[in-house]
Amino acid sequence: MSSYIPNTDADRRKMLETLGLDSLEELFDVIPAEKRYPDLALPRPLAEMDVKKLLRGLAEKNADLDHHPSFLGAGAYHHFVPAVVDHVLRRGEFYTAYTPYQPEASQGTLTSIYEFQTMVCELTGMDAANASMYDGATALAEAGLMAARVTRRDRLIVASTLHPSYRQVLRTYTQGIGMDIREVGYAEDGGLDFHQAQQLLDGEAAGLIVQYPNFLGSLEDLLLLSELAHAADALLVVCVDPVALGLLRPPGELGADIVVGEGQSLGNPLSYGGPYVGLFGCRHKYLRQMPGRLVGMTTDTEGRRGFVLTLQPREQHIRREKATSNICSNEALVALAVTTYLAVMGRQGLRQVAELCYHKAHYAAQQIVALPGYERLFGQFFKEFVIRTPSPPAQVNAHLWERGIIGGYELARDYPQLTDCLLLCVTEMNTRDEIDTLVQALGEIGSKR
Amino acid sequence: MTEPLLFELSSPGRIGCQLPELDVPEAPLPEELLRQQLPLPELSEREVVQHFTRLSQLNFSVDTGFYPLGSCTMKYNPKLHEEVARLPGFTEIHPWQRESTVQGALQLMYELQQYLAEITGLPGVSLQPIAGAHGELTGMLIVRAYHVHRGDEGRSTVLVPDSAHGTNPATAAMCGYEVLTVPSDERGNIDVHELDRLMDERVAGLMLTNPNTLGLFEEHILKAAEIVHEAGGLIYCDGANMNALLGIAKPGELGTDVLHLNLHKTFSTPHGGGGPGGGATAVTEELAPFLPVPVVALRSEQEAGDTYYLDYGRPLSIGRVSGFYGNFGVMVKAYAYLRSLGAPGLRQVSENAVLNANYLLHQLKSDYFLPYDRSCLHECVFSGKDQAKLGVHTVDIAKRLIDLGFHPPTVYFPLIVDEALMIEPTETESIETLDAFISAMRQIAQEAETDPELVRDAPRTTPVSRLDEVAAARKPNLKWRR
Repeated sequence: MSSYIPNTDADRRKMLETLGLDSLEELFDVIPAEKRYPDLALPRPLAEMDVKKLLRGLAEKNADLDHHPSFLGAGAYHHFVPAVVDHVLRRGEFYTAYTPYQPEASQGTLTSIYEFQTMVCELTGMDAANASMYDGATALAEAGLMAARVTRRDRLIVASTLHPSYRQVLRTYTQGIGMDIREVGYAEDGGLDFHQAQQLLDGEAAGLIVQYPNFLGSLEDLLLLSELAHAADALLVVCVDPVALGLLRPPGELGADIVVGEGQSLGNPLSYGGPYVGLFGCRHKYLRQMPGRLVGMTTDTEGRRGFVLTLQPREQHIRREKATSNICSNEALVALAVTTYLAVMGRQGLRQVAELCYHKAHYAAQQIVALPGYERLFGQFFKEFVIRTPSPPAQVNAHLWERGIIGGYELARDYPQLTDCLLLCVTEMNTRDEIDTLVQALGEIGSKR
Repeated sequence: MTEPLLFELSSPGRIGCQLPELDVPEAPLPEELLRQQLPLPELSEREVVQHFTRLSQLNFSVDTGFYPLGSCTMKYNPKLHEEVARLPGFTEIHPWQRESTVQGALQLMYELQQYLAEITGLPGVSLQPIAGAHGELTGMLIVRAYHVHRGDEGRSTVLVPDSAHGTNPATAAMCGYEVLTVPSDERGNIDVHELDRLMDERVAGLMLTNPNTLGLFEEHILKAAEIVHEAGGLIYCDGANMNALLGIAKPGELGTDVLHLNLHKTFSTPHGGGGPGGGATAVTEELAPFLPVPVVALRSEQEAGDTYYLDYGRPLSIGRVSGFYGNFGVMVKAYAYLRSLGAPGLRQVSENAVLNANYLLHQLKSDYFLPYDRSCLHECVFSGKDQAKLGVHTVDIAKRLIDLGFHPPTVYFPLIVDEALMIEPTETESIETLDAFISAMRQIAQEAETDPELVRDAPRTTPVSRLDEVAAARKPNLKWRR
């Protein structure tokens, strides 16, 4: 018997006797006999030490970032995670609890979510934030749906410089309800093509959706974009890199109506794409159209402060087919990592992380463009930038990998006009030595030509 | 005991993490774009640890006690999983790394897809959905894509039983469908006569939970599948309750076309206070082309050997449903679980889960009203209506259980049972725990008669007593203000 099952044969006999049954099989008499007890062709059970060995073997087949300098970003970022974060996540009281349906027995989770909501509001400049979404991409898709609900329109204007996967998820989410999604290209500086955006914002659009910094690294003029959107009675939805907001003005100050983002950067490892966490904030007036769980402050029968899940009539378990979303469980533990991370980093730390990213990325960009054959595209950036390479980007990456370096994101995947370009990302994790090694390796390719 | 908020503990100038000095020249900052203030709290590392440790102690959890929350499968979460999921070879890999550098991760995902296909009897599996409701969305978009691909575009309705999880109708609506409710019969099954009456060429499919939310196996499942399939519809099975069927029956052999699994229920990955989960979705061969991209595939070549890769070349796919490939860290835990248990272990899981539930059902039915008096599978649903007559409602019973050291069952769900108490013990609880819970429930039934005030005033042992949810909703306070 598995070590996860405490009952012994004697216990089971006693329980069966109580039930007046002779065998466990009788419990399943209700299942059609010909379908009962199918063969399961699965590997044989392993002892704990063997499972551990097996998993270690699989893990070691992967080239990890502890051993390889990396300049990959494009929606998933290698940032430092202080030891405190994982220490908190390992508390069984947090990770083996469920959604705080019984508030008196869940004040730990509820309090931490309230703190999370507060910090997301502070970072983004929004009035309210929910208890989290699945990831950045699904948060963005939900924001698109919410803009449509708020405005009662079904057209979304989306920047082509919104993360390609996010645009795909938005299309997947809206394929059943038939949303009209139109893409806007980018201008010479990598920012949104204002002219095209203005044409598309014709009074039928529910929202304008942009990313900040955008997928190509550029910093949009959010103030101008919010004026454009609002002039057409559309909402401005901004998808952010929360680390950048350690340095940059919050979109809420610049006219954004809904701000979403991928929270992975704040205290979570890359983990091959998940678990991550979607950040979701909005202006107060749209609160009741917001998807997901919300925690609110209240008092108990003796007047003591406490926290509860609130505004639940928006949700599926109450409103069923009329709910704002079907979302039920979210990413609470990852949100706890974000909360812990922001508590440890604090006001000074997050700013410092953002500045380290900024300066190191600019140093790298400067060194690379000094190499013959390399060119940087577009305007102001934060920690990611586009370079045109003298050899095809795939070859450049292959060469870097020969040097043990994980190179950039090949933009040819998504942007036919950028087939000779790489998107590079530099964070506080990249030392000057690593950057210099990257530049040297890129120089070798440049000179080979 | 209350714990101040981070913001109240904050003191200007404190730092919680030492960061490295800048080792490159400074670049000029874009002054006009800089934020003026960043109102995050300022704490030392020690204070942060103390704060969150104290908060954790305000929680009830599986690690600290019995958590029979129906429909949520709050089973024990093996500690080995926490360890292996944190191996740097799993946590420190970037989702855009070239496939040749992440073969171990891809192999694990590929094999997990195979195992889940085997367990469900549904050969096409996507690990990309992040939660159960996300798997539902994925599954119902596949249903829709299937009909559209066949040119059968007139199907605008989805049937959902009245006992269904709220996510089912909400999901159908997100996919653009109208929802029609199918009633349950007097034995707690879907009413097949009503199903037959409602099923026609305008219906895309039936969303069914099996065992259903009453913890009962759908006795007419094969007949229901026949009715739906004959009218050209598909069967979506909400696999939230798969803990009853591991190695007992394969949904794919019971007429299911699409099913989502909850890795965080059935496959023991922790619930995390409400996520992260995993909503792997399994489909028939015929529906596999519609799965989200990418799926993990295997290329076997004589010289190169086995190579795992991300297959994006699927023109009929509904597209991506999340940013990358799903919750990989959760998959590692589910994989470890399946390798620990194997086929014999999985069957033991369901047998013991079902035995535990029936034991509770049997022992409690003399004290609580049992609306459907038949043996259950992994959970049982009582009604507190006899106690309600005494002025003690289900919510009171739930709160009193907290005082007696137990997490309450799921309450007021399913909606078709008055004052519902939905109890799911799982296989990881001992007979001693079950007996203690039974005693507590009997004690409360007794107290409802002798001292109802005591039950209505519960809980008294918790950090806070009952909270004013009406006030919380009337004037929402959703963030801390100075």
